[in-house]
Amino acid sequence: MAISKNHVLKLYKTMLRESEKFSSYNYRLYALRRVRDTFKDGKSLTDSTEITEAVHKAEETLEIIKRQVVVGNLYAAEKLVIEKKAEKELTSRQGIRESCLDGDRNT
Amino acid sequence: MIRLSQMYALGQKSRGAKDISTAVYFGTFAVNQYCDGRVSNRQYATAPQVLGLPKERKPIDFTKQLPTDGRPLYLDAQATTPMDPRVLDAMLPYLTHYHGNPHSRTHAYGWESEKAMEAARKQVADLINCDPSEVIFTSGATESNNTAIKGVAHFYGAKKRHIITTQTEHKCVLASCRQLEGEDFKVTYLPVNNLGLISMEELEKAIRPDTALVTIMFINNEIGVRQPIRQIGELCKSKNIFFHTDAAQAAGKVPIDVNDLNIDLMSISGHKIYGPKGVGALYVRKRPRVRLEPIINGGGQERGLRSGTVPSPLGVGLGAACSICKQEMDYDHKWMELLSKRLMDKIYGSLDYVVRNGDPVNSYPGCINLSFAYVEGESLLMALKDVALSSGSACTSASLEPSYVLRAIGTDDDMAHSSIRFGFGRFTTMAEVDYTADHCIKNVKKLREMSPLWEMVQEGVDLKSIKWSRH
Repeated sequence: MAISKNHVLKLYKTMLRESEKFSSYNYRLYALRRVRDTFKDGKSLTDSTEITEAVHKAEETLEIIKRQVVVGNLYAAEKLVIEKKAEKELTSRQGIRESCLDGDRNT
Repeated sequence: MIRLSQMYALGQKSRGAKDISTAVYFGTFAVNQYCDGRVSNRQYATAPQVLGLPKERKPIDFTKQLPTDGRPLYLDAQATTPMDPRVLDAMLPYLTHYHGNPHSRTHAYGWESEKAMEAARKQVADLINCDPSEVIFTSGATESNNTAIKGVAHFYGAKKRHIITTQTEHKCVLASCRQLEGEDFKVTYLPVNNLGLISMEELEKAIRPDTALVTIMFINNEIGVRQPIRQIGELCKSKNIFFHTDAAQAAGKVPIDVNDLNIDLMSISGHKIYGPKGVGALYVRKRPRVRLEPIINGGGQERGLRSGTVPSPLGVGLGAACSICKQEMDYDHKWMELLSKRLMDKIYGSLDYVVRNGDPVNSYPGCINLSFAYVEGESLLMALKDVALSSGSACTSASLEPSYVLRAIGTDDDMAHSSIRFGFGRFTTMAEVDYTADHCIKNVKKLREMSPLWEMVQEGVDLKSIKWSRH
């Protein structure tokens, strides 16, 4: 049975969405990087059995990601320095934007 | 305790309980209670005994000591690595439902554990291309090294009483050799050149007719230098000497084929390859057979070389870690090269007087040991408290002595004191490396501005020519 392009695309999107849920910064970024690179490498596959095999493997990995996201969230730790720094920058930027908007409204 | 109460909270949540805050609070409360009780009851053997008033150490509140602006980044992959989620996923069933003793032959619980253990053994064997029966599960690379070195020495000790090793080995190898010296074995500690490599001529000269074992590590844990294992293997085979290599830092990171490299014994550690802590493996060649005298005697598990029940969840974890490492080796290696290039380019681009310790060519890119001249390593580590780094191996990180590995490669004392090891792993991100490099550059500059030595160097004074007066 040939695997449709739609199915692969959907699988790719689901894997990225699930990987985003890792509470650990390092696991999350690794999962995203690895999923992207695996699918990029998989683009060159032409043999249908190879494609089926790769898709099955990806489906298994997706199940692992889903389970490990749950486990990781059970024992989530404090966020890393760079995550907090990025958050702070984001909120301060939003603060500036909001104050600018307020200023606009006032004038 | 913490797990139980968290599980309880989870159970409440899954049962549809709306307010779980009380349950969670109960969890943290219980933990504090538990720790307090345990620490205050402990007697310290080294604590000064004051008559009448037993002095009690205040329990440390670890939650308060953490920096408030987030957990530090982890760049100490040579000390240990975080467990891969895929490894944990393979292990969890054996930590919960499949709890059988893998050596029980009379019931299904034993069979399923044994099956998993043997599958894991096969995965370890596939990584290093040997037969599964040649792999022995141990508690880690330290036990593997001890078993290999002492085992061979004791078994062949009647005729062969000489061992060759190097000065830059891990402590557990050096300590095992010292122990054997106490039993009247002769040990040659080969020197290394200033790049950290041994010389093949010196090794050949050191071989005696009664040499039983050559033990040389694959990749150094402090400077990442890769020894010429292929040549050593060939030499040992031609001289009919057993060759043991400590591959704790190498297995799963660089391709290893024990038959191709003529390795007779090899130590592997689980927690250096994204597996669980507390498990390792020892490869023992069967053809030609290497015989060992076991350190641990008992029920005769693991071909009688390492008695004691194999921890099946840890074994499964080691197997999964090996199989993932085999599958991801090229991908990980490329990432390591990318990260190390990034760090080196950044640091070399904006700092002078930085020296990389060890050979930059024959090395593993995930381990970079740099010496920042005119900066004290410990103060730099303190300044970089946002990054988990080390100045050398974790075993010796408690002492302020400069590392013996750096001393063996002829590093000056001041440069040895200013060394920092950057270790990258599979889960290190580019942003982490950038953050580390930027902070490192900033702090080195700051510390150098405070240093009088740096001022003198800037004025053109040669520090080596100064005769410091003694008081």
